[in-house]
Amino acid sequence: MTIKIYVPIDVAALACGADEVALAIQTEALKRGLPVEIVRNGSRGMLWLEPMVEVETAGGRVAYGPVEPKDVAALFDDGFHEGKGKHSLHIGLTEEHPYLKKQQRLTFARCGITDPRSLEAYKLLGGYKGLEKAISLGPKDTVEEVFTSGLRGRGGAGFPTGIKWRTVAAAQADRKYIVINADEGDSGTFSDRMIMEGDPFVLIEGMTIAGLAVGATYGYVYTRSEYPHAIKAMNDAIAIARKAGLLGKGVAGSKYDFDMEVRMGAGAYVCGEETSLLESLEGKRGLVRAKPPLPALVGAFGKPTVINNVMSMASVPIILSEGGKYYADFGMGRSRGTMPVQLAGNLKYGGLVEIAFGCTLGSLVYDFGGGTASGRPERAVQVGGPLGAYLPTHLWETLFDYEAFAAIGAGVGHGGIVLFDDTVDMLKMARFAMHFCAVESCGKCTPCRIGSTRGGETFDKIAAGVEVEKNLALIEELCETMRLGSLCALGGMTPFPVESAIQHFPEDFGRGPKLQAAE
Amino acid sequence: MSHFEPWSAERAAAIIAEFNGVDGATMPILHEIQHVFGYVPEAVIPMIAKALNQSRAEVYGTVTFYHEFRRELPGRHVLKLCQAEACQSNGSDHLRDCAEKRLGVKLGETTADRRVTIEPIYCLGLCANGPAAQFDDRMVGRLTEEKLEALMAEAQS
Ligand SMILES: Cc1cc2nc3c(=O)[nH]c(=O)nc-3n(C[C@H](O)[C@H](O)[C@H](O)COP(=O)(O)O)c2cc1C
Ligand code: SF4
Ligand code: FES
Ligand code: FES
Repeated sequence: MTIKIYVPIDVAALACGADEVALAIQTEALKRGLPVEIVRNGSRGMLWLEPMVEVETAGGRVAYGPVEPKDVAALFDDGFHEGKGKHSLHIGLTEEHPYLKKQQRLTFARCGITDPRSLEAYKLLGGYKGLEKAISLGPKDTVEEVFTSGLRGRGGAGFPTGIKWRTVAAAQADRKYIVINADEGDSGTFSDRMIMEGDPFVLIEGMTIAGLAVGATYGYVYTRSEYPHAIKAMNDAIAIARKAGLLGKGVAGSKYDFDMEVRMGAGAYVCGEETSLLESLEGKRGLVRAKPPLPALVGAFGKPTVINNVMSMASVPIILSEGGKYYADFGMGRSRGTMPVQLAGNLKYGGLVEIAFGCTLGSLVYDFGGGTASGRPERAVQVGGPLGAYLPTHLWETLFDYEAFAAIGAGVGHGGIVLFDDTVDMLKMARFAMHFCAVESCGKCTPCRIGSTRGGETFDKIAAGVEVEKNLALIEELCETMRLGSLCALGGMTPFPVESAIQHFPEDFGRGPKLQAAE
Repeated sequence: MSHFEPWSAERAAAIIAEFNGVDGATMPILHEIQHVFGYVPEAVIPMIAKALNQSRAEVYGTVTFYHEFRRELPGRHVLKLCQAEACQSNGSDHLRDCAEKRLGVKLGETTADRRVTIEPIYCLGLCANGPAAQFDDRMVGRLTEEKLEALMAEAQS
């Protein structure tokens, strides 16, 4: 009988040698005369184990990782192709791993299980049930199902997706668009990338449902040039879906038309802001547009447009197939459903953790993340990318929830959590936040463009010990100006990382005693 | 990897023509131009402007707005080192210093022998497997001094 062995094709696995591992397995199996079929799956999201190789057995898939080519011969010697557990890289049954077992995977239900280019596998695991449901419900009830789910935009702003869809559905126009924000520029985030590489059909299905719901017939996935593997996976999946009649005229035999393509950005962080993204899509500089008009009414090429983050849209198929209420039953307060949290940086167990809103930040860092990879004491996390606050350990009891985070002057953002150990210099991080804003500013607002540059220079003075208190007061003023005088959150939210760093780690800014380095 | 074609106006015109009728064609055209020639030559700007019925200033503005578009040919190899927060938490600063010292150029510059360009990049989505880098088309995770040394040696060979 053929032995099925899974070697991920996710770029996180590739960057750690997955192709070489796949080749080594193929070669070794050939040498030993073993009939092996290698399946290139997406990633399960236990990224510290990548490349994580799985062997299919009667009892389930057995995992090994992180595997290097040089391990492969010994793995075969120890009977890994029969799922045996002698080798030190043996993890056990994948599904039983606590990291996965403790999660609630709705959006990521299939990611890592299947070959992302297999439409058959996608359908076997519930794919296209959501579209089927949407076709039977019709546009109006499809929008209402999304409204009922309580889904809020996962791109950062947390705006209710159902309300956005209602607005676009009600707009009158000869043409409407679905635009996916796959620009994922935040450091510490990779969930959009993982879904596009590991389960691209779920995004295509979500967009198709959205098109049907609001009366849009064409979609764009705008993603970053830093994501060539995701672009390839999406393009392949789009071609497959089109061939299967799931894109194009009369999708899935219905009366609805929908087609789509992928567009690529060019290394501008601000193009993740939705109106800047639209400008870029239209071929212009990514200057942020003033709102109103809302993109929902005057969006891509001047037409009504739903613009949603990848995670928001990839949650739509399960919301339709299982019902909005099913999704809303996860979570707390006004944060319904699950959040694909990304654990990154100096963490022992970095990866993707999809979990219902309402767990504590600390449980994510410790119970999932296992603390620092360096083994040194934890000092800070930054949540929500370059515009997110730095939070010290004493705030880690905070619940992962939009409102709870707002209450401590932070944001959930796109769900990225970056851990720093006690060697981090918070003045350097605050300065970096200003520098990043200066480099990435679209240039429209003076406080964002000039203020951030001044901010960087001022931090240099503080670092040199020049008039520290006076310069910190100047930073405070600059932050206030940026907050009030910025058109978008790049200028408006850069004060988050800057001020939280100063507030929670004053000792790094020449205030109070220096932290004792724990040698 | 001198896989780039020398500048040719005919070739550029053919590329531009491929996007005839595409909505918002500027970015896809610029990407394709850079893919073929390695950068966006000055001479292509009026050609794109004419084809898309835009002013030269508009196209020029677009080219210069985006960090990714190059105005000149890069070195034979391009090594991009992630400098964003998650990679910083894993020691990317040290690796940058190492690379700058070893190659004798700063991020954003090309070595005198034009073999390597080193550049900063802000996140490759490999933040749980950092420090991360991109060497030409290859993504590299869990970058160490040894791996970096090997990449630089490969670039200079
Ligand atoms: C500077 C800046 C960068 C942003 N980057 C992203 C991004 O990479 N991805 C994203 O989905 N939203 C990003 N956003 C938020 C978008 O403007 C917008 O809120 C989002 O695309 C709406 O989709 P959602 O409702 O599904 O979240 C960014 C906003 C700002 C101000
Ligand atoms: S805040 Fe900055 S990025 Fe945003 S619109 Fe103003 S200048 Fe552009
Ligand atoms: S921060 Fe370096 S890859 Fe994301
Ligand atoms: S000295 Fe650090 S990489 Fe060479």
